[in-house]
Amino acid sequence: MPNARKIRVLIAKPGLDSHDRGAKVVARALRDAGMEVIYTGLRQTPEQIAETALQEDVDVIGLSILSGAHRTLFPRVMTLLKKKGLTDVMVFAGGIIPEEDIAKLKKLGIKGIFGPGTPTETIIRYVLEHVQERA
Amino acid sequence: MYDEETINKIKKEHGRWQKTTLPNWTRQSPERKKEFRNHSNILIKGIYTPEDTPNIDYIRDLGFPGEYPFTRGVHATMYRGRLWTMRLFAGYGTAADTNKRFKYLLKEGESGLSTAFDYPTIMGYDSDHPMAKGEVGICGVAISSLKDMEVLLSGIPLDKVTTSMTINGPAAMLLAMYVAVGDQQGVPRQKIGGTTQNDNLKEFFAQKLCIFPPKPSIKLTTDIIEYCARHLPRWNPVSISGYHIREAGANALQELAFTIYDGIAYVESTLERGLKLDDFAHRLSFFFASHNDFFEEIAKFRAARRLWAKLMKERFHAKNSRSMWMRMHVQTSGCTLTAQQPLNNIVRTTMQALSAVLGGTQSLHTNSFDEALCLPTEEAVRVALRTQQIIAYESGAANTADPLAGSYYMEALTNEMEEKAMDYINKIDDMGGVIPAIEKGFFQKEIADSAYKYQKEIEQKSRTIVGVNDYTLEEEGECPVELLRVDPKVEKEQVTRLQKLKRERNNKKAKEMLEKLHTAADKDENLMPTIIDAIKAYVTLGEITEVLRQVYGEYKELIVI
Repeated sequence: MPNARKIRVLIAKPGLDSHDRGAKVVARALRDAGMEVIYTGLRQTPEQIAETALQEDVDVIGLSILSGAHRTLFPRVMTLLKKKGLTDVMVFAGGIIPEEDIAKLKKLGIKGIFGPGTPTETIIRYVLEHVQERA
Repeated sequence: MYDEETINKIKKEHGRWQKTTLPNWTRQSPERKKEFRNHSNILIKGIYTPEDTPNIDYIRDLGFPGEYPFTRGVHATMYRGRLWTMRLFAGYGTAADTNKRFKYLLKEGESGLSTAFDYPTIMGYDSDHPMAKGEVGICGVAISSLKDMEVLLSGIPLDKVTTSMTINGPAAMLLAMYVAVGDQQGVPRQKIGGTTQNDNLKEFFAQKLCIFPPKPSIKLTTDIIEYCARHLPRWNPVSISGYHIREAGANALQELAFTIYDGIAYVESTLERGLKLDDFAHRLSFFFASHNDFFEEIAKFRAARRLWAKLMKERFHAKNSRSMWMRMHVQTSGCTLTAQQPLNNIVRTTMQALSAVLGGTQSLHTNSFDEALCLPTEEAVRVALRTQQIIAYESGAANTADPLAGSYYMEALTNEMEEKAMDYINKIDDMGGVIPAIEKGFFQKEIADSAYKYQKEIEQKSRTIVGVNDYTLEEEGECPVELLRVDPKVEKEQVTRLQKLKRERNNKKAKEMLEKLHTAADKDENLMPTIIDAIKAYVTLGEITEVLRQVYGEYKELIVI
C-alpha cells in the first residue's frame, strides 16, 4: 500500500472495569508504530463502541476487559458491528480471558486474543498482518 | 551516626579499595550491567558505607518505635505485641457466596475481613441497572441494599471482627449499611471497627472508578471523616491509597509522593470543616502496594512514615503524636503476577509480603497465585494466607521491630526516597494542589509514562520477568487449579431479589428519604446521617447514587495516554 493512509485503530474499554494500564500501553505502542489510534476512555457501552468505530472509520478495533464481563459484552459489540456493516473491521482483544472462552470468541470473529505478558511487538505485528484493506 | 574523623577514614579506605581490590575482581568478572537502578530509577551503588548517611541523627531520624518520627514503626512493641492483621480481600457472586468465603477465611486463621465489591456496586449502580449487565457478582460481591449487607455479614460479630471495604464514590452508602447491621446486632457504635477506602482523589488518576467530579468527591470523603470523628471512633474513615497508583503504572517514588499528597488534601478539607487536627488525624490510614524490589519497598514504607510524621508536625502543627503516625495496610502487587507459570507467583508474593512485614505494616493482603487468570480459588487463597502465617510464625521476621534499621543501604535509600518524594510534594504545591494537578493531567501523565517505560524494559529485556521474557516454557501446561467462575445465574437471582425488595418495602417512606437526601445534598449538609436513615428504610445504593448524580453531576474522564 504505497502512500496508504495510516492504519486507524480504535482501542476500547467496554464494561465498568477501570484497569486501563494495558489498553493505554497498547494504544501508545500502536501509535509509536505509526498507526492512528483513538482511545475511547473507560466504561463505553457496546453501542458507543460500535458508533465510534463507524464515525472514526477505523480499520481495527482492540477491546480490553479484565473483569470477566467479556462473556456478555464482546458478543454484543460483534453483533452491533455486524448491524452497522462493519464486518471488514479487524477485531482483537486483550485482558484476562480464560482459555475456555477463547474458542467461543474466535468463532464470533474476534481474531487475536492476547493475555497478560504479551509483548506489544506481538500485537503490532499481528495488526499489520491481519488488517484488511478496506474500501 | 559517625563523627567526621571516622567518615574521613572510611572514605580514604573506600578510595583505596576502589583502586586496588575492586579492579582485580572486575577484570575477571565485570559487573552484569552498566548500571543498577531500582523501579524509582534511583541509581544503586555497588556497596553502601557510613559515607552514604553521614548526617543521620539516630534520635532525630530514626528514634524508637511508637514515637515520632515513627521510622521504626507505629507501635512500641511492633509484632512482638500483636502481629499484623491478616486481611484477605475477598468478594464474588452473591452476598451469600462471599459470606461463605469470609467464614472460611476466619476459620483458617484470618484476623480481619476485607470486602471486594463488584463493579456495579463500586460505580453506584444497582444490580438491575442496564450498565450492570454481565458484571453482577463477577469481580466482587454485589451489594445493592441493606438486605444484601445483612446476608454478607450474617453470623459475623461486628464487635469482634473489623472489616475493610474497598469502596470510594458510594462509601457513605456502604458504611451506612455496615452501621445498620451493627445496630441490628446490638453493637454500640463506639465498638464498630473497620475501614472504608473512601479515597476519592486517587480515583481520578489511578483506579479511575470515579462517579462525581473532584469537588463533590472530596466533600463526600470529608463527610465520612467528619462523621467518624464524631460518632465512630474505631472506624478508619479513609484509606489513602497508593496501591492503585502503583498498579496503574507508577513507580515506588511516585506512589509514595502522590499518596501522601492526597493525604494532605484530606487533612486540609477536614480542617476547613472546622474540625481540630488532633480530633481526626490519628484515624487516617494508608494503603500501599508491595512490589518486586525488596529493599526499595521497605525503604518506601519507612520513608512514608517519617515523611507523614514530619508533615503532620511541621506543616499542620499536630500536637498529639498519634496524629503524626501513619498506620498502613499493604497488598502485594497484583500487576507483578504472571499468567505464565502461575506457581511462581507464590514466590513473588512471599517476598513482597516479607518486604511489607520488614517495612512495619499494620495489615496485609497477600495475592493468590491464580489471580492473573481468574478470581482466586479457595485453594489458592489458602496458600496466600499460609504465606503470611509462615512469615509470622516461622521466619523470625516478626521478632524485633524494624530489623533492617542501621543498614547503610536501607538508611541511604530511605533518605533518598523521602527527599525525592518531598520534591514531588513541592512541585504539586507549586501547581496549586491536587485538583489543579489532576486537571492538568499531571499525575495521569507521570503514571502513563512510567507504565510505558516498565513495559518497554520488559520487551527490551533490560528488566527480566521470570517465565515471561526469560526462562519461558515452550508449552505452558495445565493450570494447577481449576479456575473459579461465577455462575451467570448469580445475576438473574440477584436482580430478582432486588426487584422483590423494591416492590415490598415501604415505598412511600423510601421516596421521602430520597427527597430528604436531595435537599440535604443541595444544602451541602454532611450527608452521612441522612444516608443512614435512607439505607435503614431499604433505599438502594443505586437510588441514592442517582440522586447524588443529579445534584453533583458526573465526572468525565480526562484521557491521557
